[in-house]
Amino acid sequence: MDQVAASVMVDQPTHTITLTVNKITYELKVLPWVTLLDAIREYIELPGTKKGCDHGQCGACTVLVNGKRINSCLTLAVMKNGADITTIEGVAEDGVLHPLQQAFIDHDAFQCGYCTPGQICSAIGLINEGKATTREEIQELMSGNLCRCGAYPNIVAAVQQVNGKL
Amino acid sequence: MNNNTNYIGKPVNRVDGYAKVTGGAKYAADHHARGLCYGVVVSAGIAKGKILHIDTTEAMQLEGVFKIFTHENVSGLAWFNHSYKDMDAPPGKHFRYLQTDTITYSQQPVALVVAETFELARYAASLVKVTYKADAHVTNLTGNLDQARPPKGKKSGFKKPSSRGHFDKAFTAAPVTLDATYFHGAEHHNPMEMHATTVLYYKNGSITVYDKTQGILNTQSYVKSVFGLSGRKVKALSPFVGGAFGSGLRPQYQLFMAVLASLELKRSVKVMLTRQQMFSLGFRPITQQSLSIGSMEDGSLQAIKHEAVSGTSQFEDYVENIVNWSGMLYHCKNVKQSYQLVSLDTYTPLDMRAPGAVTGMFGLECAMDELAYKLNIDPLELRYINYSVEDGSMKKPYSSKALRDCYQQAAERFGWSQRNPEPRSMKNGHLLTGWGMATGMWDAMTVPARAKATFTADGRLTVGSATADIGTGTYTIMTQIAAETLGLPMDNVTFQLGDASLPYAYLEGGSATAASVGTAVQKACMQVRERLLDLAKDIPDSPFKGLSVAQVSFADGMMFMTETPANFIHLKDIMTLTDTGEINVTSTPLPNVFKQMKYAKNTHAAVFVEVQVDEELGAVKVTRVVSAVAAGRILNPKTARSQIMGGIVWGISGALHEESVLDHQFGRFINHNYAEYHIPVNLDINDIDVIFVEEQDDVVNPMGIKGVGEIGQVGVAAAIANAIYHATGKRIRELPITLDKLL
Repeated sequence: MDQVAASVMVDQPTHTITLTVNKITYELKVLPWVTLLDAIREYIELPGTKKGCDHGQCGACTVLVNGKRINSCLTLAVMKNGADITTIEGVAEDGVLHPLQQAFIDHDAFQCGYCTPGQICSAIGLINEGKATTREEIQELMSGNLCRCGAYPNIVAAVQQVNGKL
Repeated sequence: MNNNTNYIGKPVNRVDGYAKVTGGAKYAADHHARGLCYGVVVSAGIAKGKILHIDTTEAMQLEGVFKIFTHENVSGLAWFNHSYKDMDAPPGKHFRYLQTDTITYSQQPVALVVAETFELARYAASLVKVTYKADAHVTNLTGNLDQARPPKGKKSGFKKPSSRGHFDKAFTAAPVTLDATYFHGAEHHNPMEMHATTVLYYKNGSITVYDKTQGILNTQSYVKSVFGLSGRKVKALSPFVGGAFGSGLRPQYQLFMAVLASLELKRSVKVMLTRQQMFSLGFRPITQQSLSIGSMEDGSLQAIKHEAVSGTSQFEDYVENIVNWSGMLYHCKNVKQSYQLVSLDTYTPLDMRAPGAVTGMFGLECAMDELAYKLNIDPLELRYINYSVEDGSMKKPYSSKALRDCYQQAAERFGWSQRNPEPRSMKNGHLLTGWGMATGMWDAMTVPARAKATFTADGRLTVGSATADIGTGTYTIMTQIAAETLGLPMDNVTFQLGDASLPYAYLEGGSATAASVGTAVQKACMQVRERLLDLAKDIPDSPFKGLSVAQVSFADGMMFMTETPANFIHLKDIMTLTDTGEINVTSTPLPNVFKQMKYAKNTHAAVFVEVQVDEELGAVKVTRVVSAVAAGRILNPKTARSQIMGGIVWGISGALHEESVLDHQFGRFINHNYAEYHIPVNLDINDIDVIFVEEQDDVVNPMGIKGVGEIGQVGVAAAIANAIYHATGKRIRELPITLDKLL
């Protein structure tokens, strides 16, 4: 078990929590105000998950918690004590890309790449939900993930290619 | 000869794709260091006035807060205005953060709180109490048009409006005339990645700066001159940039803040702006423009007047080419143009994707549509009638202009010939469908750029230039050019950028990178070719003796005699047989200025859109877009299509969604977050069809590249406004066209 200590001296008790991120269990001492996003990025030092607004408005921070997609910036780390979390760094297994990752590359479903970790985690969550069957449903259910480069049609194409095949 | 190393023009996947889909791509805020601390910026709550007092007592009492930087304790920085000038600075007095008690714009940074953790810094920032003496501010452009004045100073790339002929006389005599005024508010770039800088501090006092920028040399030179550091002390890197669209053309204040804190505290520091603070940076300026067009009954243009007034700040004169396009696109003898500024109490505007053209072409191409209806001529036909083979403002022919092909191919793909011109003619219940079209135009620029290339005995090639890849595909297209030029598999080629120690490249902007850096990369690889041939001649019994580089070809890792390809040698063998470890070259391409001077160099596009307007709700949906683009040689149709598609999404956004709304009572952009500053979401974007029209150009650069970063957006907003008119019969001349304007 890796230990990540956050030694902040404010007048608040720190909480000791465990988070299993990409199959590695970390023990963290965090204050209650630490978001899951910052816990992942700044305390566990997995920077693949991105901060695009810190207010749940853009979806760049999307991760999978127990298989469900959530905005990690709107979640306090202490709320997810014991949770099993997958970030973009854990989507590929043993260096083999997840079919969605390959589809994103093949369809050029990104430009700057900053929203991509959130888009991919969101799309995996979407596929897990089994709700999207049509293009319009994919568009609607991926609309929580902004892409300022405007890669949306390619993102939809990538998700369509993989949806239903997993 | 079997050539498997031809890559230019092929739709290859991005070479940085793997890093971007696995979280391996590290952006400015993704770096860590021992003892890293965090800075949070406090923003001014008034638009104009003075800081009376900054009370940091309560914040400083928190254990773990290291220092709070304000104008009261920041000193020892550069004195001269010139030291604060950056590569994209407009003329004026450049802003100095934390060095004055004067507030010049709302959200001006007034303090930096540095603490052991991000959360603590953020909390401490909330405890900093600033008291102000507020003065009356002016942020309303349209209420202050009487203050309009010509811009002061010069900026590279800015062309003064140029008039010709006798507009007034020709306009008065014209049988058909049109006068219309168009307006759009401010827009902020809002790349997904908020501006961030991580500074790593080393014991010897040197720093490594990871910055979000479109020009890493701009970052390095700004830090050197503002903080008085030598180049040896400042390593500057920016390998990945999470979008920029112009916001990274100038060093933004998180860079200043992070370096200031790092040098003072002798610690590594990370500063990321908040999304709200992204609205304290430069923006597309608020602009009002008027067009007056006079025409004969047959549609031939007799007179065009285009006047624009934009806002700028009180301290710099930001300028862009808004009205100039009206003197270039169409054949017209009498043209009158003017461009003026009004100083407002905002921050200085900043180039934002296709600056000037997005604004000016919106006005011009809406006005052409309005004129077409007055003349009862099809809007596309009106463009054909006034098609120009020369740039009338300079009286120069275009180096290439396949716009006619753009019109034809896009119109055919769209089905334009089926259009009933009558507004409201496509009605289905409460849904109105409309078809509109417009022209796009942008510059095909070349800027200074150099590149270095290193070929090693293991057959690997490394090429580098201090340029950027803000999502544009620079890594990929440069790798394609380098691999093809030396006939190597792309896997054997690495392209480096975003490192200030690499050879000079100008800012990535204006669609100039592919042409400029691409030419430098090709030239560097051509120099490697020459060196390889020279080495091959030294090999005993070499068949290459006496040959010039023009007589050999490179493909599949080998050098061939072009006439007799059976004579070949593996590049690796050249290195081994001549005992050569590596070949190093640096290229400095010099464009043929005398040849280029004779021509106007531009890209063009024709864009056709279909909208569906819900008459009961006023909601507009862009259901279909066809855009045909003439931009010279397309290096990679896959990444280029993404660029055009992105530009079209930006066009839709500007037409229907985005605007930074100023509350003049507070002089403040009030919708400063992603929930209230609307940009398209996935469901807003439907069919986008991109056509690249064949266009050869042997003037712009050896490969005929003209750039695709901006052209996709230009004209889209006009096409949408025109389609909305066709759908509803309502002319909306103010962007964004939100539902309230249609109800």
